[in-house]
Amino acid sequence: MRSTFRDAAHLLRPAALLLIGLAVFLVVRAAVIPKGFGKYGHYRAPFLETARSKPIHYAGQDACVACHDEEAKMRAAGKHAKVACEACHGPQAQHADDPTSLKPKLPDVATLCARCHEKDPAKPRTFPQVVTAEHNAGAACNDCHKPHNPHLD
Amino acid sequence: MEMNRRDLFRIGGKLLVLASAGATLEQIMGSEPAPEAYKMADHWWGMIVDIDKCIGCGSCVRACSNENQVPNGYFRTWVERYEVPEGYVNPIVTSPEGAINGFPLPKPTNFKAFFVPKLCNHCADSPCTQVCPVGATFVSPDGVVLVDKEYCLGCRYCVQACPYGCRYLHPETETVDKCTLCYHRITKGLTTACCENCPTQARQLVDFKNPKDPVHEFLRTHKVSVLKPQMATEAKVYYNNLDGAVR
Ligand code: HEC
Ligand code: HEC
Ligand code: HEC
Ligand code: HEC
Repeated sequence: MRSTFRDAAHLLRPAALLLIGLAVFLVVRAAVIPKGFGKYGHYRAPFLETARSKPIHYAGQDACVACHDEEAKMRAAGKHAKVACEACHGPQAQHADDPTSLKPKLPDVATLCARCHEKDPAKPRTFPQVVTAEHNAGAACNDCHKPHNPHLD
Repeated sequence: MEMNRRDLFRIGGKLLVLASAGATLEQIMGSEPAPEAYKMADHWWGMIVDIDKCIGCGSCVRACSNENQVPNGYFRTWVERYEVPEGYVNPIVTSPEGAINGFPLPKPTNFKAFFVPKLCNHCADSPCTQVCPVGATFVSPDGVVLVDKEYCLGCRYCVQACPYGCRYLHPETETVDKCTLCYHRITKGLTTACCENCPTQARQLVDFKNPKDPVHEFLRTHKVSVLKPQMATEAKVYYNNLDGAVR
């Protein structure tokens, strides 16, 4: 027995060293790897929850339509039917959550309409476009067109 | 007992098996239960961009900026106007302020012209995630390329690796920032801010794992392409009627 160990001493020592190394490795590894790392892949899984929990700023037009019957009906009847309320009115999630807390500022018609309707050969040919400088002779677009249903007969 | 090299290997092997079993056990036991109804495994997100519908109004850029507090002068999505002369030599590409206020009246040319909205292509096999030295950027199980900003070092490797120029270093946090495909919205059943506010439905969020999603019919009936297919990034933003001049 004794002679066995004496002969194996040169194997046991590196083995012990390896084991200690392994233990140190495991301890350090456990200490430096963040929680949830590697659950789905080479990243921190809990971050997905963080990314999901960010606040929303655009409520979506379904929310607006629920309260603003009149504008919704008007819009649905015209060519702006598919233009989202917030594309013109800006982010209104806070207003939709609590209408009294924030009264939305009305859009500035001077820049609003031209952004979509200014003539540009890069636009699809079927899209209604005007050269604003010639079309309205300085009058505001909503002097003639109603923003929620711009059609004129 | 005789101890030789073979025994040592055998013991070492058993130790390895034990260690990996322990690690697996930790993974099984340590994982917290899924907290909500949204199941990542049921989704694979992407987008369709219809060049024929884009009017270059910049509603998507404004929406993205407001929804995600994108710092001034940086863009997660932007719109380019292409003016392509006959023969495809030197197309003129403009994108004033990312088109956040649309485009001004163009100088008259007789070139072919069209708009190209751009954003992260949420590639399934993206070079940007492969170069990250710490695992701060990754493709989520539902196919969205995200940056863990608490884990990002700000080394910018991924900014250089992205073939589409979709990443930037956030000037305040000094970590990399990019389009999240509005992960906070799509996981709650809403569409992205850019798709919500596109007046012509030129961009549409799609879920490739949803058999009822119109994307399947669309891809079957339209001639689509991804940007830079030669990069083999498996981009998931499909462009309808993409012109050969677009880079
Ligand atoms: C919960 C019901 C509710 C929802 C949802 C809602 N609103 Fe309102 N909204 C109101 C009320 C009530 C007022 C009147 C507030 C006032 O006069 O102080 C108002 C006022 C407004 C005004 C200003 C009207 C004016 O005369 O200045 C605008 C613009 C508006 N809403 C747009 C929106 C949009 C866009 C949405 C969708 C994101 C929306 N609202 C969602 C209830 C709602
Ligand atoms: C094409 C852009 C556009 C869209 C789309 C749009 N609005 Fe408006 N909205 C305007 C403008 C411009 C005004 C201001 C009108 C004015 O000053 O005369 C306005 C005014 C309003 C007002 C104030 C009351 C009024 O009529 O002056 C409310 C409320 C309102 N919008 C709600 C909505 C809702 C709800 C939707 C979606 C169903 C919507 N808007 C969609 C452009 C738009
Ligand atoms: C966010 C983009 C957007 C804004 C802002 C916008 N429009 Fe439009 N407009 C559209 C779209 C989309 C259509 C539908 C085009 C179609 O049917 O092909 C349209 C159609 C129209 C039409 C054609 C109506 C018809 O019956 O033929 C008129 C006129 C018009 N808009 C006027 C306006 C005016 C005035 C404003 C400003 C108050 C405005 N638009 C703001 C997107 C916009
Ligand atoms: C003086 C009244 C007036 C003003 C102000 C005005 N428009 Fe018009 N607009 C018209 C008339 C009239 C038409 C023709 C109606 C038609 O063809 O159905 C028209 C048609 C349009 C069309 C449809 C063009 C087409 O090809 O179908 C658009 C888009 C338009 N206007 C946008 C605007 C914008 C944007 C502004 C503001 C810069 C504006 N309009 C201001 C009277 C006006």
